[in-house]
Amino acid sequence: MPTALQRGFDNPVFDGQAVFKAAMWALSRPGLSRPVRGAEAAPAPLTPVLGALALTLADFETSVWLDAALAAAPAVERWLKFHTGTKLAAAPAEAGFALIADGAAMPELAAFGLGTQAYPDQSTTLLIAVAGFGAGTALRFEGPGVDGALELRIAGLPAAVLAGWADNKAAFPRGVDVILAGPDSVIGLPRTVSITVLED
Amino acid sequence: MTLEPMRAAASAVLEGGPGEGEYNFAYLDEQTKRMIRRAILKAIAIPGYQVPFASRDMPMPYGWGTGGIQVTAAILGPDDRLKVIDQGADDTTNAVSIRAFFARTAGVETTTRTHEASVIQTRHRIPELALGADQVLVYQVPIPEPLRFLEPRETETRVMHALADYGLMHVKLYEDIATHGHIAKTYDYPVKVEGRYVMDPSPTPKFDNPKMDNCAGLQLFGAGREKRIYAIPPFTSVKSLDFEDYPFEPNKFDAPCALCGATDTYLDEVITDDRGGRMFVCSDTDHCEDRQASGHRGHLHVDGPAARGTVA
Repeated sequence: MPTALQRGFDNPVFDGQAVFKAAMWALSRPGLSRPVRGAEAAPAPLTPVLGALALTLADFETSVWLDAALAAAPAVERWLKFHTGTKLAAAPAEAGFALIADGAAMPELAAFGLGTQAYPDQSTTLLIAVAGFGAGTALRFEGPGVDGALELRIAGLPAAVLAGWADNKAAFPRGVDVILAGPDSVIGLPRTVSITVLED
Repeated sequence: MTLEPMRAAASAVLEGGPGEGEYNFAYLDEQTKRMIRRAILKAIAIPGYQVPFASRDMPMPYGWGTGGIQVTAAILGPDDRLKVIDQGADDTTNAVSIRAFFARTAGVETTTRTHEASVIQTRHRIPELALGADQVLVYQVPIPEPLRFLEPRETETRVMHALADYGLMHVKLYEDIATHGHIAKTYDYPVKVEGRYVMDPSPTPKFDNPKMDNCAGLQLFGAGREKRIYAIPPFTSVKSLDFEDYPFEPNKFDAPCALCGATDTYLDEVITDDRGGRMFVCSDTDHCEDRQASGHRGHLHVDGPAARGTVA
């Protein structure tokens, strides 16, 4: 395993802005994908897009929870801490952000921080790597940010997200928000969106 | 100040990052932008809820749009085109200063045309032209808490929002009706977002409230002194509070715009002499100029280059 540290963004100012803008519009328009140029040097199993989201959103003020797959790779923690200065959260419920490379093994949604009724913003934002958009499970999205209804296929959407989503939405204003990281784009699932499975 | 040296300085920033004595792109440091960006994402996910954020000192006093400027600085990229309006006008002090601020510190293109802008920062108006998808409207907000004048304690208003206990607001609107015969609030008119949070739309005239409902663009609100950011995502329900027997009514005007003849816009009263003379003109200068350019005429319209003059 190489011990040399891998690079982060080529240009932290403009790369960070571009990724944030994609995340902002992704959460504003659930179900519409926004292109993101990944951080190619992010150490596996961090995907480039997942890495780019972490570089954009994490810093010394945040706490990031790594799923088992990421926690097993010491290069990931080293890379994140060097480039962002973030703390790592011991438990998912304490995390501002959860980085999830292996969605199949992720905890249930209720295990993450849902915020409180008075401070619903203090909840975990889940950044989850998925195989891609346009193939896989057919879903319908409705709610704020969706003009009527929108249908989309997502490949590799974790079963835990689908299983816990109705409860997550019902807990409003508490709840987690999800940004799905595909190979070259992101899709946002804010806690307000309702998701119907049309076909597996 | 001329624009050329500003652009030169800003393009130096674009190429290699700030050198000694230069600003970071769009003034704010990257850590501040990340903090604001995290607040914006949560604000979008919880429509109408006020997210606390660590508002920074800005090179202008509170009340001049420090909240809006911080939000704009956090979202702005080199490809954005910025429009800034103050009471609907592009040529008033606040709008001119903020536009110059970003032209200087970010080097972004600026415009006065509503449809050309990707980011529009506003003080107290929503443009007459409906926002398009991918357009962001950034509001400067003085007092973000709609319940503040009814309950001064933050600890109490926070519980009221947590429990969706908005009875006090309805009592206030009812008392208006009991005293005046109608709901007397004409600006800052409270709305309920997506059936949950009661939200302050900033001191826009209530004329603009219907434009917030099911709007295609993204609406972000920044309150610098009060340290709050909130948002309305696109295609979100925004209803002005009212009663079944006293439904919400936007402001109406008796006369059309004196310059472009529009009957469906928000009008400013302009005093024209010291003998009581006055005229009513569109508050949205870009919309008014557009209409005049396409041949619409009000009764005081003068053809020629000086038609609009400096009326704002």
